[in-house]
Formats: sequence, C-alpha cells, structure tokens
Amino acid sequence: MSAMRGFVVKEFHHILRDRQTLLILLLLPLAQVLLFGFALRTDIEGVRLVVVDPRPDASTLELRSRFAAGGLFRIVGVEATPAALAPRFQAGRADQAVVFEPGFGEKLAHEGRAQVMIITDATDPNTGSAMQAYASAVVQRYEQEIAARGGRQGVRIVPEARMRFNPTLESVNLFVPGLIALVLTIVSALMSAISLSREKERGTLEVLLVSPLRPWEIIAGKVLPYLALGFANVLTVLGAAWFVFRVPFRGSVLLLLGESLLFIVTCLSLGVVIAAVTSSQRTAMIGALMGLMMPTTVLGGMIFPIASMPAWLQPVTNVVPGKWFILISRGIMLKGVGLAELWQETLILAVMMAVLLVAAVKAFRIRLG
Amino acid sequence: MRTLRFLLRKEFLQIRRDPAIMRMLVAMPLVQLLLLGNAATFQIRSSRMYVVDEDNSPASRGLVTRLAASGRFEIADASPSMALANRALLHRDVSSIVHVPPRFERDLVRDGVVPVQLVFNAEDGAAAGILRTYATRIIAAYAAELTDEMHPSLASATGAPVRGAARIDARARGWFNPELNYQAYMVPGILVLLVTMVATALGSMNIVREKELGTLEQLNVTPVTRAEFIASKLIPFWVIGLAVLAFGLTIARLAFAIPMRGSLALVFLAAAVYLLVALGIGLWISTIVETQQQAMFVTFAINMVYMLMSGLFTPILSMPVWAQWIAQLSPVKHFIVLMRAVLVKGAGFSAVLVPLAVLAVYAAVVLTLAVRQYSKRTA
Repeated sequence: MSAMRGFVVKEFHHILRDRQTLLILLLLPLAQVLLFGFALRTDIEGVRLVVVDPRPDASTLELRSRFAAGGLFRIVGVEATPAALAPRFQAGRADQAVVFEPGFGEKLAHEGRAQVMIITDATDPNTGSAMQAYASAVVQRYEQEIAARGGRQGVRIVPEARMRFNPTLESVNLFVPGLIALVLTIVSALMSAISLSREKERGTLEVLLVSPLRPWEIIAGKVLPYLALGFANVLTVLGAAWFVFRVPFRGSVLLLLGESLLFIVTCLSLGVVIAAVTSSQRTAMIGALMGLMMPTTVLGGMIFPIASMPAWLQPVTNVVPGKWFILISRGIMLKGVGLAELWQETLILAVMMAVLLVAAVKAFRIRLG
Repeated sequence: MRTLRFLLRKEFLQIRRDPAIMRMLVAMPLVQLLLLGNAATFQIRSSRMYVVDEDNSPASRGLVTRLAASGRFEIADASPSMALANRALLHRDVSSIVHVPPRFERDLVRDGVVPVQLVFNAEDGAAAGILRTYATRIIAAYAAELTDEMHPSLASATGAPVRGAARIDARARGWFNPELNYQAYMVPGILVLLVTMVATALGSMNIVREKELGTLEQLNVTPVTRAEFIASKLIPFWVIGLAVLAFGLTIARLAFAIPMRGSLALVFLAAAVYLLVALGIGLWISTIVETQQQAMFVTFAINMVYMLMSGLFTPILSMPVWAQWIAQLSPVKHFIVLMRAVLVKGAGFSAVLVPLAVLAVYAAVVLTLAVRQYSKRTA
C-alpha cells in the first residue's frame, strides 16, 4: 500500500509542478460554462423582414405596423414586386418576407378575404418554423381584431400552456446542466487519457508496469489526483450555475455533488480506456476529443430532444454517459427530485463506471502479457 | 521546392506508418455523420400524453381524439385526477398533460370561449416548446371545426372555416427547404464541424509533438526555411481534409439525399481555402504551446467555440450581441453559411463572394502568424 501511496504522491507532483497546465485545467471548464451559458439561447428576436406591398393602403400599413411593433421583427426593406426577394434571401440579407396581394385592403373590405404570403428562409428549419409561427400569429391577431370590430366571432378554445419545472423556458435552465455535463465529460476524459498515454509515449509506463504495483493500482493512482481536480471543476461550474446563472437548485445539493463525483469517475475511466487502446498521445487525444464532443452534444439530449430522434437511434443515446448526468442534474436542479426518482439513472452510471474500470484494468493486463 | 518535396515525403511516410490515426480520421467522421445526421432534428413524431377529462362530453372527447389522431400524441393514460397526472409527469412517464375542465361543452355552447389546460415537462424545454406548438395548432383546428358545426352562417362560401367576417388568407412558404427538412440543414454543418475538428487537432498536435520528442531541433539545424517547414506540415493534412470532406459529401448525398443545387467545384474551392484556415489555426497553436497536453486543451477550447457558436445548434440571431461578434469571427460560421448557400440555395460565385473573401483573408493572416511564430531557435 505504501508503494501505492508513493505513486499517488508522484502523480500529484506531476500535476502541481506544471502550473500552466494546472491553471488551464482549473479555469477552462469554468470559462466555457460561463461563455456558452450566456451565448446559447433559443429565443428569436430581430427577424429581418422585407415587405412586398405593390399598392400600399390603410390595411397593409396597419398590418405592417403590427409587424414593426414588439421588437420581434425588424423591417429592413419595402419592395414593390416579389422579384426583388430572391437575391436578398440568397445573399442572406433577409430572413422573412411578407407579400401582400395587390389591392389587399380593398379586397378585405369588399370581398371579406384577402391574401398575404409569408415567405421564410427555411434553410434552418428550426428558426424557420419558429419565424413562420410568429408571423402567422401576427396576421391571425390582426384578423381577430378585425373580426371583433365587426362583432362576428366563432368558437374559441383557449389553450393555457404551463411549462412545468421551467415555466418561462429560461434558456439558461435548459442549457447549463447540459453544458456542465459536456464540459466535465471531455475535460475528465482528456485529463486521464493524456496522463496515461504520455507515460506510454515516453516509455515510463514500462517502468510502472514492471514495478510491484498491480494494474488496478496504477489506474487508481492515475485517476485519484484527477478526481480531486475534476471535483474542483464540479464545484466551480456548479457555483457558476448557482451564482451567475441563477439556475434553481430545488433538490439536494449534496446529492448533486455525489452524482457529479460518480459522473467524473465514469468519464475519467473512459479516458483510461481510450489511453489503453491507443498507442500515442495524439491518437488518444484526437480519439477522446472527436469521439466525445459531438456525440455528447448531439446525442446527450443537451440541445436536441431525444424524443425527436428516430426510434432506432434512441437506444444508441443510452451509451452516452452525459445523457444520464443531464437527466440527473435536471431532475435535481429543476424538478427537485431525489434518489427515489433518480435511482435508475444513478444505477446506469454506476454500472457504466464499473464496466469501464474493469475494461481499463483488463486492457493493462493484456499489455503485461 | 526540392526540400519541400523531401519534407512532404517524410510527413506522408509518418502518416502512413500510423495506421491507427488514419483509420480514426476516416472512420470517425463518417460514423458520426451517419449517426448525428439523423439525431439533429426538432420534430417529435410521437410523445406520451396524460388525459384528465373532467367533462367527458362529446366535445371534450372530440378534442382528445383530435390530439391522438394527429399522431403527435399518444394517449398513455387517462383519469380524472390531476394529482395522478402530475405524478406521471414527474416520473417522466408522460411528457404532457391535457386537462379539460368540467362544463367544457356547456361553456363552449353558452359563451363560445373556453379554456383548456396543457401541461408540459419543460425539464426538456426544447421538446416542451415543440409539443406546445403541435397541441396549439391541433386545438385551433378543432375550434374551427366546431365553429363550422355550430355556426354554419360564419362558414365561408368555399366551406373553409372562418374565425370572423373578414378573412386574411395567410399562406406560408418556406424557401430553400419547403419541407423543413432538417438533414439538408444539419448534415453539411455537422460535416464541416467534423472536418474542422480533425484538421485543428492534427495541426495543433503536429509541431509540438516534434518539440516533445526532440526531433524538432534536428529539423531546426537543417537549412529548411520556416515557410517550407509550415508548408510541409500543412499540405498532407490539407489533402486528407479534402478527401474526408469529399467522402463525407458522398455519404451526405447517398444516405441523406442532401440537395446539391449549386456548383460542387465552388464548394471545393471554398473548402480548399477553408482548410488552410482550420489547419493554420492548429499549426499556430502548435508553435505557441510547449506540450501536446496544452495543445489539446487549447484545441478543445477552440472547437467548443466552433461547435456551439457557429449557429448550427442554436441560432446566432438569438445570441447576445457580444456573442454574435464571436460567432462572426469564427471561420466555421462563414464556411457553413457558404456551404449551405451553395448546396441548399444554389448560390453562385458572386453570392458567396463575401464569406469566401473572409476565409481567404483569414487564411493569409493565420498562415503568416504561424510562420512568424515558429522560430527555429529554441529558447
């Protein structure tokens, strides 16, 4: 056991001696959570709107002013014919266009119906459909206003939507837990992958392997110091979530810290496995970075709802450790639930951790043989 | 030129001798493109809904039927108890609740206006927002249907439902992507990100690796010029990057049927310039840092900015102004805009001149910086 202690002390020395890297490891996760926590938003404003109004009249001017009011739309141009639209859209200088038919007001007053076309740049289908919905709502409200003036209205069912656990759909509440999971995954996996593969590349790992330390001791010795570093990261990013972004912590903070610990051990073990199966630092790091960054972001449920993925892909997301941590952290932070509701997710993470640790130890035994 | 040829031969030999990295460079982007291209959507096909119908009248049952028939909602459970429904929501057994109040039908006939409560699990806010849009639309259509039945006089001549006397016929058109196909949007972007990640990582690890292994000093005492040295590091990965991109575009075409309306030659011209930027940034990092570990963390930080702030996952329009500036600085953003413009909108050379010029300027600046930064003297 004293050999083990000496080994852990050596590892701590390695980390503490390289002040520059230590600083990077401590500040990078915090900086990223702060930066992206502020930057990632999904609410849309300032849509650049072009109006095509061949024969302006009172009604078209009124509807145009409805669009201009409210700050959601910004009218960037008024044209007489729709022909001017295509170049504007292609050059990306407009997001949406409202095209009135000629004689819009006259038709509305005399025939009781008039046409308006809403053209949206749907290259980005998400923003596109949101903009479409907003613009249709403006027209609809105006239509209802006219109907109310005329005193003729049909049946209305008014849906009252409640967003349980995040009533205002605060972007911060949605993205910060996911961001924390993403940053912790990659930093933890990279840290342990690097420390092992560096020893491999420099040939010092051979020295360790012929020492009386057993493979699991080597792995534990490698992981322990980074566990301390990882936990420091957990504290800073959760602190940022609490103090800067005011994400509610409705559940037990202690439980969240415990779950974070479980999560970083899982990711550190993942890093060890990556280092064990690759031959150089470069391969290990590119593998860790490329293998984790996009899949955690896209398949973890941080941005894209897992419910929106095709049925065959949904089970694939189960192998992403970040997915489970996002479910756990959202559950504790936003829903205020405890272990009674989250035991399944916790168990899955624990099993993942066990499997990865065993795989890591196995991978090292093979090298010994 | 002769020196460069020898240096290039060395680089290519080194790459060839590390088959693991080559496999990774080709396999990882492609596997991820296939998986992630399918994942990145904001359309929910079916979600579980809890029904709390306190009215249980033909009108309320009609509403529930409309919700179920849309295919967007699957009625998972029903009971008159809101407490049970909330429990199911808390345990994520269902993702939404529809609550029809008592006397729904009576109020509908008497007052013409009646509320319906919808509750969503906004723990996953994106999903909640989407489901709300679906539900609101279905309910509005049902109200129009009821108007038709109850007040035939309000129906228009064509039989279409009307809400009032004057009707504004709003027609929505989504240009460039009328079916709101997410893959046409996401797949080129994901491909660009993957290629960028590979390029930045390879570039940033390259020179510093020779530094760490000590072979850089050997190169430094040879008459190789700085520009030749950087060029020899750049060209092999530039070729690999273009190959991965070509391979990825083929997959995008075959597996996802991505539209390719514009000129592919233009795409590759832009890609050639863009890869100089991505690799150049990597090489620049590599000349600055001391260890591969540092190189990796800087690469990670930069790739996170690329990934999260290039407008691919969340709209740039929604970002705060300072973040929009960062997004504008990101070369990834300009290349994605260009790719999309050419592939999806069919834009020609003149329409993408601005992003292309921006990329060219970036390439010049970044490569100059990398050559300048690389000093043949070790401190």
